[in-house]
Amino acid sequence: MSTPEDHQNAGEPTPGAPRPGEDRSASLVHEILSSSWLLSLLALLVALAVGGVLIAAADEQVQEAAGYLFARPTDFLGAAWSAVSEAYVALFHGAVFDGQSESFTRSIRSVTETLTVSTPLILAGLGVALAFRASLFNIGAQGQIIIGATFAAWVGFTWHLPVGVHVIVAVLAGILGGALWGAIPGFLRARTGAHEVIVTIMLNYIAVYLISYLLITPAFQRPGSSNPVSPLLDDSALYPLLLGSGFRLHAGFLVALAATAFVWWLLNRSTVGFRFRAVGLNPHAARTAGIKVEWAYVLVMIVAGGLAGLAGTAQVMGTEKYLTAGIAASFGFDAITVALLGRSRPIGVFFAGLLFGALRAGGVTMQARTGTPIDIVLVVQSVIVLLIAAPPLVRAIFRLPAPNSRPRSARRAAVKEAQA
Amino acid sequence: MKIATRAAVLVTASALALAACGAAPEEEPEETTAGGEEETAEEIDFKGCIVSDQGGFDDRSFNQAGYEGLQLAQESLGIETAQAESTAETDFVPNIDSMVNQACDLTVTVGFLLAGATGEAAEANPDATFAIIDDQSIDLPNVKPIVFNTAEAAFLAGYLAAGYSTTGTVATFGGMAIPPVTIFMDGFVDGVAHYNETKGAEVEVLGWNKDDQSGEFTGNFEDIAAGQNVANAFIDAGADVIMPVAGPVGGGAASAAQEAGDVAFIGVDSDWFDTSPEYADIILTSVLKQMGPAVFDVINESVQDNFSNEAYVGTLENEGVALAPFHDLDSTVSAELKSELEEIQAQIVAGDIVVESQSTP
Repeated sequence: MSTPEDHQNAGEPTPGAPRPGEDRSASLVHEILSSSWLLSLLALLVALAVGGVLIAAADEQVQEAAGYLFARPTDFLGAAWSAVSEAYVALFHGAVFDGQSESFTRSIRSVTETLTVSTPLILAGLGVALAFRASLFNIGAQGQIIIGATFAAWVGFTWHLPVGVHVIVAVLAGILGGALWGAIPGFLRARTGAHEVIVTIMLNYIAVYLISYLLITPAFQRPGSSNPVSPLLDDSALYPLLLGSGFRLHAGFLVALAATAFVWWLLNRSTVGFRFRAVGLNPHAARTAGIKVEWAYVLVMIVAGGLAGLAGTAQVMGTEKYLTAGIAASFGFDAITVALLGRSRPIGVFFAGLLFGALRAGGVTMQARTGTPIDIVLVVQSVIVLLIAAPPLVRAIFRLPAPNSRPRSARRAAVKEAQA
Repeated sequence: MKIATRAAVLVTASALALAACGAAPEEEPEETTAGGEEETAEEIDFKGCIVSDQGGFDDRSFNQAGYEGLQLAQESLGIETAQAESTAETDFVPNIDSMVNQACDLTVTVGFLLAGATGEAAEANPDATFAIIDDQSIDLPNVKPIVFNTAEAAFLAGYLAAGYSTTGTVATFGGMAIPPVTIFMDGFVDGVAHYNETKGAEVEVLGWNKDDQSGEFTGNFEDIAAGQNVANAFIDAGADVIMPVAGPVGGGAASAAQEAGDVAFIGVDSDWFDTSPEYADIILTSVLKQMGPAVFDVINESVQDNFSNEAYVGTLENEGVALAPFHDLDSTVSAELKSELEEIQAQIVAGDIVVESQSTP
């Protein structure tokens, strides 16, 4: 797509979007954010279809049947169908409700697993989404989660505070850690203009190596063990379990709910959020209007980092209960996808987080029951990102008209945007 | 609204088309799948399962070796199997849980990283049995540790390296400073020391100091370029035999050694001559850690209702650890050195030489 078209594209549905000559990444963000819910849904469907093709291709019976495809094509189709449907049924069983389990508790465990895995995704996704709204590409959620988890864990196993107080202090420490790690790129962007993408990526590396180093120092290592794992956190520093010891679901999920509401309020109802959005839409106009753009960059990154830090607390104080170098898994990177799929709206991020949590939780069962490689889930996620990041591709697949090709539909889209 | 309608029609249509694709042939292949299931029904009623760590089952290292043991059991014992690959440490608990949920009779968890998750699952499910590779921190009636005293075989490798070296300098490095890695390095250093002692030589080992347990590490098991850099630094310092204990990172060291020309390479875990034939011309030997056979043995015991929580310790004596053949470099190893190695092996088996390491299982 040529550049001028691009700007038109972004400019028409959202008045006040960057004019030609503006930061190109900003206009890309706008294009992604202004694409419709329909595109997100279609992207998911396409991704599941692509995943289905890969599942079939990876299945041994299908491969066998493909050998005599022309002699008995029904075998091939049948094998492909059963491979794909079995895999997706297992995915559903693992993510929502497991009909094959012997007990009811086991069956509903699936959905609680989904919620558990969603928690860090939602929290970190909110952080990424918030920065997106101010036109900052926060790639650093991974590092912010790690540092947040490290702070929270340290408070969790070295300080021995009374029940109740301990959780709160540990959560605050986690927020502080994440916010600190988020503030650095925000500050550098504001003061020196250093691009936040580069800085956050580099800070991710620093965080990973820092935690690896800390875990072999006496301050963080479990006494009596030479493995790089921290001591267990005190019981008083753990998020309470919501459904008893049979399930992993913990109060971190409630924190995610509250954070979603908070970010919604911040963006849509508060002055600070208005400033973030104004800076995101057009920093020059925002500056002319008297908004301190630099300060907004720092502040939005602090809040975004704090949210990612909360994701870290969900991991270390809820799910894992001790600190390892892999505490953040790939949640920080998945959070970017979650923010994109949720179109950087808090509610959207919440549901995108649930979806990705379901894919992850279900992927485990899919792999164990049907032998489908877990990589398929990653492929589905990646295809979603690919399609979301390239709305024209989805439009081309489903022959949807481009927003600016027909003035009438474009105007409708604009009206829809305004309503939304 | 027009777009939405049109898209909705398209979606429905494609959904129908997809459904139609599947619905028609559904009846016939049902028989083939049923036939397949009958085949397994004839087999014995035992389900062996395995959960990897982040390396995945294609890591050319211990995950793969463990998985091969399970596959061997599937083929020769006719057991059912299931496997779960972990992509991150956070996958351990759900993966093990899904195995328990599938009523696995024995779940093998690969690597000390899974110790926490395995212990929890074993405690919560006393009826299920587990075996964990490279860890023996769990003391439960239903968990069998599978560990290897690789220091014994690495001792032989150290002696060999010292005898083989012409520069009087040999080297080793690790991926991470964790017991299953440093135990190789301890044995290697002791083997060199034994050579120095018996021969009055002064062969120097770079990369590991056994006394203060510190040395050269790449920090991970992925960064192959780092392995190359470390190995190049050793080669510049005069080392002509290198033993990297770093999984795939060792490949970087092998390519550095190959480029240097006159540097020999000692592999670990599996026989690198088989797994990395591209370096056949420089592979002196490998310190074998026979995880596949160990996993198979443990499954076999379990199938025969002989499961015990007593640790399986691979040693030179039970051939759980061994020194691989010299393959292409066989002619360059002197007959004298070979016979000395055999003698030392016999002494270790007999207990005359005790190889000690603080990481010894």
